Amino acid sequence: MLDVKAGDATSFELLLHKYRAPVINFLYRMVRDRAAAEDLAQEVFLRVYRARKEYAPSAKFTTWMFRIATNLALNAVRDTRYRQAEFSIDHPADGEESVAPSVSLPDRRPGIEHELMQRDRAAFIRRAIDTLPEKQRAAVLLHKYQELDYDEIAKILQCSESALKSTLFRAYETLRVQLAPLLAQSQQGIQD
Amino acid sequence: MNCNRWESRLITYMDGKASGAERREVEAHIAACAACRTRVKEFGALWGMLDEMPAVQPSQAFDAQLRARIAVEPAPKSFWAWILPPPRLAFSVSLLLLFSVWLSSLPPAPGPGPAAPTEAEFKMINDLPVLENYDVLANFEVLSELPPKPAPVDR
Repeated sequence: MLDVKAGDATSFELLLHKYRAPVINFLYRMVRDRAAAEDLAQEVFLRVYRARKEYAPSAKFTTWMFRIATNLALNAVRDTRYRQAEFSIDHPADGEESVAPSVSLPDRRPGIEHELMQRDRAAFIRRAIDTLPEKQRAAVLLHKYQELDYDEIAKILQCSESALKSTLFRAYETLRVQLAPLLAQSQQGIQD
Repeated sequence: MNCNRWESRLITYMDGKASGAERREVEAHIAACAACRTRVKEFGALWGMLDEMPAVQPSQAFDAQLRARIAVEPAPKSFWAWILPPPRLAFSVSLLLLFSVWLSSLPPAPGPGPAAPTEAEFKMINDLPVLENYDVLANFEVLSELPPKPAPVDR
């Protein structure tokens, strides 16, 4: 980032190449809309680009970048447009197929049933994550998918490390309850 | 058993970031507490489940769109560029200032001088000794020589 600050355009390209996928995935899991996630990710990188001259290496670059991304995501989630999509049961989210049985003819291709089960399972997990309060969801996504340290996540979410761990515990407890049927299946599978 | 105080420690333990002493404490608690033992086991399964979530790839147009947006970004201004006025404004202000200085340096234009005193004004000046004689002004006897005012007619 210091090279970007010095005006090196190649370094900005490297930053973009390294972080665009994690940022888009984080935003996608927050707002549940791929196009909106890409728009927000562009906004994140634009803000990084605009602020490059004022960047002070007091915090890690990832902390700074994900703080921008988190703030944008939380604002977007609070926006009614995304809320409507979030709580719509009838309309599945972008990239997620309907859970309703849509296969009427038997398909004899091997693995298709397994693939459908996997999709249903992924949709079930995604819905459980979506039911978490916004801050808990951001904490889980940053902890589980970005694998950031506690101090980094705490700075991004502007809370203490102990408060963060408490938030994470409550979020995982909620998910444990929500995903109890899948967990029971997993335990049964291990025992079998 | 009240397990609230173990919340943070369980997360650190599950992440493998607990110190040696902390880890031993948590393991001792887990051995004694069936609820936390189940919790740790299920948290492990849950974290494995979350790993199954598919990731999305950036679209082909993402980079091109971002580059296009960056290309139209105005260049950041330096401190001096922020302090100094733009050349057109500086030129206009200088011209205005020069014009004002030139205007103020011009000699005053010859205008119509003070008007000559009129005849009435001369007469008033001649009457000044009478007007300033307060004895004459305080004598009201001359008013008695005025004709009486006619009485109003009642209808």
